[in-house]
Amino acid sequence: MKQLVILSGKGGTGKTSVAASLSHLASSEASVVMADADVDASNLELLLAPTKLAEHAFISGKLALLDQEACIDCGRCAEVCRFDAVLNDGETYRIDPVSCEGCATCFYECPVNAITMHDRESGQWFQSQTRFGMLFHARLYAGQENSGKLVTVVKQQANLWADDHEADYVIVDGPPGIGCPVIAACSGAQMALLVVEPTVSGAHDLERILATTEHFRVPAAVVVNKFDINLKRTEGIAEFCAANNVPVVGKVPFDVAVTEAMVRGLPITEADDGQVSQSLEQVWREVKETLNTREKKDV
Amino acid sequence: MIITVASGKGGTGKTTVATNLALSLMGAPEEARGKKLVFADCDVEEPNAALFLRPHLYRREEASIAMPQIDEHLCTYCGRCAEVCEYNAIAVTEEKVLVFEDLCHGCGSCTLQCPERAIHEVPHVIGQVEQGRVGSMTFVHGMMDIGVPLAPPIIRKVKEWALDDEEEQLVILDAPPGTACPVVEALHGSDYGLMVTEPTPFGLHDLRVAVNVARGELGIPVGVVINRDGVGDAGVEDYCRENDIPILMRIPLERRIAEAYSDGKPIVSAFPEYRSRFLALYHRILEEIAP
Repeated sequence: MKQLVILSGKGGTGKTSVAASLSHLASSEASVVMADADVDASNLELLLAPTKLAEHAFISGKLALLDQEACIDCGRCAEVCRFDAVLNDGETYRIDPVSCEGCATCFYECPVNAITMHDRESGQWFQSQTRFGMLFHARLYAGQENSGKLVTVVKQQANLWADDHEADYVIVDGPPGIGCPVIAACSGAQMALLVVEPTVSGAHDLERILATTEHFRVPAAVVVNKFDINLKRTEGIAEFCAANNVPVVGKVPFDVAVTEAMVRGLPITEADDGQVSQSLEQVWREVKETLNTREKKDV
Repeated sequence: MIITVASGKGGTGKTTVATNLALSLMGAPEEARGKKLVFADCDVEEPNAALFLRPHLYRREEASIAMPQIDEHLCTYCGRCAEVCEYNAIAVTEEKVLVFEDLCHGCGSCTLQCPERAIHEVPHVIGQVEQGRVGSMTFVHGMMDIGVPLAPPIIRKVKEWALDDEEEQLVILDAPPGTACPVVEALHGSDYGLMVTEPTPFGLHDLRVAVNVARGELGIPVGVVINRDGVGDAGVEDYCRENDIPILMRIPLERRIAEAYSDGKPIVSAFPEYRSRFLALYHRILEEIAP
């Protein structure tokens, strides 16, 4: 089983569209399991029309609750809290569940034991059947912590299922950024495919996401999306990649057909056989070649 | 007043809207905005506003969290620190205490709970915060170090710097994408949430979640800017109508805008006619806040 993670650093460069297209192409010749690791903005399901088979609560972290009756208004909780989660209106103290990080410092410090710690249900994860294969995805409740841990759960479940069913590929649609959910998404992958746009922001963020994949020793390759928006910057990205020994495995042109297909709930490769689809077919051939010639790397 | 520009989905044009709004306000007479203008880029994982605003930076500090350091002479290896750590960031063996930097949130629980007072705290650098000027506007942004999983403390510091002033301010805050803790940290205390979306199923799906965070969880009034108007479907408009969310501005999908953006040119520099449109956006927001 080979695991591919699609990342970008900058958001909105086309990770999900690429992930869905590669899943489609891979499923026509091998068995694929998909994992949507963007638990804040889980869009992969919009292109896969999943049928939910199982639904699980994601319990993670704790939440402090203050018993107003027992509280003697000494203010010790506010004093020790480093997350500004204890609010004081001049008379009573209150814990803001949005700011509380569940560290329990106030729980231990309260002299009258007026604070208790409770499990926090911060999301759900799902196993769903799609026309390309099994999909593992999740929903983090609004404003919750621990998106990295939820990503880890989704990936573990996808990997377990893939192992049990001897699937050939696990394709992980990653989150934007370089923080905790990204780190969770790339752990254990044989390859990271970085989707980059030829813009100043895209090039800037490529450097940061590449430093991140290198930090975690996941080999990377680049696909330039909407390359014809700025040929000079596409050239610049190619030079940057060459200087850093990162292969550019494809250039995808800008085409509103991708959005039109999205509106119909289809990855572009399933919707037509135009230039975008052809370039993604090329990307899949290159990615497959790389995945199958690389030894499994322990991370 | 703080106007936070957010969106659930990445790449919808948050930074474009935030920087162009700020540049338009900067060019407006002070009576029109009547306030000291500050720009705060809180997307510390991928800070891009500086690429468009090109600030002159004059102040830089490290952002850090307080990480425990164990004095092995005083430690009795009782294990209390590991027991109270909610993040499993400490492991105690028979004669060694291990602190896992990447898991520590810097909450201070272990330090307070150590019966031997064998723990003191040292700063652990997780990023940088910089301040500068763009013309008459104050600029602040933060950058998270590579491999660090914890953005909120850096965002807190960016906001501290941005709001570190007695004068009445108008702060334009560029939030990170998503709807998890970094976004909450950025939105917290804002007067208005300006949601940038694109009129597609992806844009709608993520707009819903972002509105739930801003309006639902934090009680912040929200309005929408539709970027790349003209593609996609009517889902976003239907949703806004059904949920009583005003659509304050539309930026069309135009190749010339995409090209200017790709070269780091603000829309209002490339196409000055947009200045008045972004100022109109600001006035619409004011009307929404205080009708």
